[in-house]
Amino acid sequence: MGNHLFHNIGKLSLFILKRDRIRILIWIIGIVFFTLIVPPALAELYPTQQDRDAFAITMENPAMVAMAGQADTSHYTIGVMTAHEMLLFTALVVGLMSILLVNRHTRSDEEDGRVEMLRSLPVGRLSNMNASLLVLTITNIVLAFVTAIGLFALGIESMDLQGSLLYGALLGGTGIFFAALTAVFAQISENARGTFGFSIAFLLLLYLVRAIGDVSNEALSWISPLGWVTKAQVYGENNWWLLLLLIVVSFILMVVANYLYAIRDLGSGLIRAKSGRKYASWFLQSPAGLALRLMRNGIIGWAIGMFVLGASYGSVMGDLDSFFSGSEMLSQMVLDAEGEFSVIEQFIPMLMVVIAITATISPVLSMLKLYGEEKKNHIEHLIVRAVSRPKLMVTFLIISFVNAFIMLSLAAIGFWSAGAASVEGGLDFGMIYTAAIAHFPAIVCMISIAALLVGFLPRFSSFVWLYVFYSFIVLYLGGLFHFPDWVGKLSPFGYISQLPIEDVNIVAEIVLLVLSIAIMIIAVVTYNKRDIQG
Amino acid sequence: MAVVQTKNITKRFGAFTALDGVNMELNEGEIYGFIGPNGAGKSTTIRILLGMLKASAGEAQIFGKDVWKDAVEIHKRLAYVPGDVNLWPNLTGGEVIDLFVKLQGGTKNSRREELIERFDLDPSKKCRTYSKGNRQKVALIAAFASEADLYILDEPTSGLDPLMENVFQQCVNEVKAEGKTVLLSSHILSEVEKLCDRVGIIRQGRIIETGTLDELRHLTRTKLVIETKQPVPNIHEFAGIHGISGENRRWSFQVDTEKLDDVMKYISSYGITKLESAPPTLEDLFMRHYEGNDPSGGRRNG
Ligand SMILES: Nc1ncnc2c1ncn2[C@@H]1O[C@H](COP(=O)(O)OP(=O)(O)O)[C@@H](O)[C@H]1O
Ligand SMILES: [Mg+2]
Repeated sequence: MGNHLFHNIGKLSLFILKRDRIRILIWIIGIVFFTLIVPPALAELYPTQQDRDAFAITMENPAMVAMAGQADTSHYTIGVMTAHEMLLFTALVVGLMSILLVNRHTRSDEEDGRVEMLRSLPVGRLSNMNASLLVLTITNIVLAFVTAIGLFALGIESMDLQGSLLYGALLGGTGIFFAALTAVFAQISENARGTFGFSIAFLLLLYLVRAIGDVSNEALSWISPLGWVTKAQVYGENNWWLLLLLIVVSFILMVVANYLYAIRDLGSGLIRAKSGRKYASWFLQSPAGLALRLMRNGIIGWAIGMFVLGASYGSVMGDLDSFFSGSEMLSQMVLDAEGEFSVIEQFIPMLMVVIAITATISPVLSMLKLYGEEKKNHIEHLIVRAVSRPKLMVTFLIISFVNAFIMLSLAAIGFWSAGAASVEGGLDFGMIYTAAIAHFPAIVCMISIAALLVGFLPRFSSFVWLYVFYSFIVLYLGGLFHFPDWVGKLSPFGYISQLPIEDVNIVAEIVLLVLSIAIMIIAVVTYNKRDIQG
Repeated sequence: MAVVQTKNITKRFGAFTALDGVNMELNEGEIYGFIGPNGAGKSTTIRILLGMLKASAGEAQIFGKDVWKDAVEIHKRLAYVPGDVNLWPNLTGGEVIDLFVKLQGGTKNSRREELIERFDLDPSKKCRTYSKGNRQKVALIAAFASEADLYILDEPTSGLDPLMENVFQQCVNEVKAEGKTVLLSSHILSEVEKLCDRVGIIRQGRIIETGTLDELRHLTRTKLVIETKQPVPNIHEFAGIHGISGENRRWSFQVDTEKLDDVMKYISSYGITKLESAPPTLEDLFMRHYEGNDPSGGRRNG
């Protein structure tokens, strides 16, 4: 019976490979490149074991464990260091790749009617989905080997063949896991947006479960496959059986996806759409109402995510405090000369940068939605009615600002409420909130750049993500790599002062806002002048 | 006063010239058929009229206002139905109709319910589940439920079934009866013939013919099939007869409409026993312009 279900799966796989060869190549090259530049840089920056041990101690505190996971800091070789700093983070990127590619070939293709076309040909009922999974599995295996060989070929002493193979295999394994997971969600949700939303939310959830588990409850970490990635102790114990676990779970997910795919109708999901409203509510009857309605689920999802992110950082504050107060030597290492600020206060700026850049994603998505809607021929329905283009763009700008404000505020509230509960003597809400909201002008700046691209170079509007990514890299890894100052200053986030250990730089904040307003004016003017595509 | 007027509008996409000096005039209260093959430039012209695209050269006015600068003012009195109706997959048809009417500046009215009933649409379904025809119905209902003075319809019936096409034609006739102006782009010629007062034919970005249907019929030919008692001599050479086929006493051919009288007089002197005639259709005109475009030789009908 298998034959009629999987008929022509080979040809379909080749077809998918043909459609996506450039896309897949770029992902693989990007991920491998990113992985391979790190160990030599670390070897140069931390040449002696003494340097590395000193660095290892700063990585042992709960805030860092929450972010990067646990590691064997007693044997902190370049290999262990690379795995600790990069493996989990890269695994998230590989997961994202799998989610995007699988969704593209399962739900997206189904929603756009392409699967229907294929199904009318002599193609097995389960062929399309399994062809996508096959392509993704091969992609991830290739990625695993290229990464492994590349790492080993760097010739760094502590990075042996076995460790390098496991490193690559864990990346590939994570990719296969998320491919299978997305395939399951593609059966449950009725549309591509939902599939992407569920999959990404699950990815973040697994990350957070691991973070909380690593800091406070060992058992919790074992639930999350992302926890397994760090527990494999690459370049140390090399626990291969965790890779095996990852593969087994992926296989089970694939079987589940196949079962669900086999029992449902084409075009439907397991979660059925209910019949909707016959009339529009008063809320929907304006461009702003429409825009908010379209973004509603995304914004709610991000809002919950930001609160949880803030809360999970906040919840480690108590541990952080006791961790440092337990050791005289440690506190001397991190504390400033005058002892003016507490350990917590010194860690807040770094955590806030991560929070702020994460909080940038949702508002930038809101802004780019203006162009996304245009490409779908939806904007024409608005501007052929009594809605002017400036009004439309300003509506999206305002929504993005409010969005940014909400994201920052919720993260700060989450941080404070969890932090106040865990730290002896509580936390000052004003201090936390100011440290978060100080980043607002930098986010506004990012939004205005997104708007400018929508107005001026719409086809390249997603390039704003490169800038967001750049900001994240230079500010998150800046300390690790000792980048020169100007590298950080190329990002608007580089101008925000490190609250609470520095004072607010009002001038910088105002300059950023004024600059943003200028950019926004150009954005509106250019948007008003160009052809609407469709 | 002309409701829509364009003067030499030209639109270039990079090196490609999509419109090359389009002149068009719609008078108040008339239904103007805008016909042409795929890719001729109908939608591009309409998108310029709607202020979505900026003309590379030339001027276009609606209600005497500039289509680019005064777009919002114009749009308050205009209703548009695109050829490809793409809607928000997670909104229902009813929500979209309300939104559209509201954005156009209209108010809720009884026509909405009446139109939903006539077009037989289920407004509680999400747009994701609608077929092309149903999405078109949503746009048509929103357009006819709004109180516009000008209706711009770009191939609005390409997904409708014959029953719904009929409803559509009734709706167009109703707005015409109210003295509204309609620009109907189409390649369904029977529809244009039924509805339009005047037509403009566009091809490769140029208007190649424009006028009332009667005027254009002058350029068309009537198809005749005849049988006579006696053979008709020299029928091949008779002026105004084209595309002749048959033999001896049975012929089928086309006649220039203005030569019809002469031809009939000549043939009837040989004793007509059978006569079938088919009226000139826009289709003939259309084909004459789009095919070889050879004015002397007619098409052969088998
Ligand atoms: N944005 C665009 N860029 C390049 N070419 C375009 C664009 N829009 C339309 N065209 C071209 O202009 C011509 C006219 O298109 P269109 O107005 O859509 O034709 P119609 O509606 O009569 O079928 C076509 O050849 C089409 O390919
Ligand atoms: Mg068209």
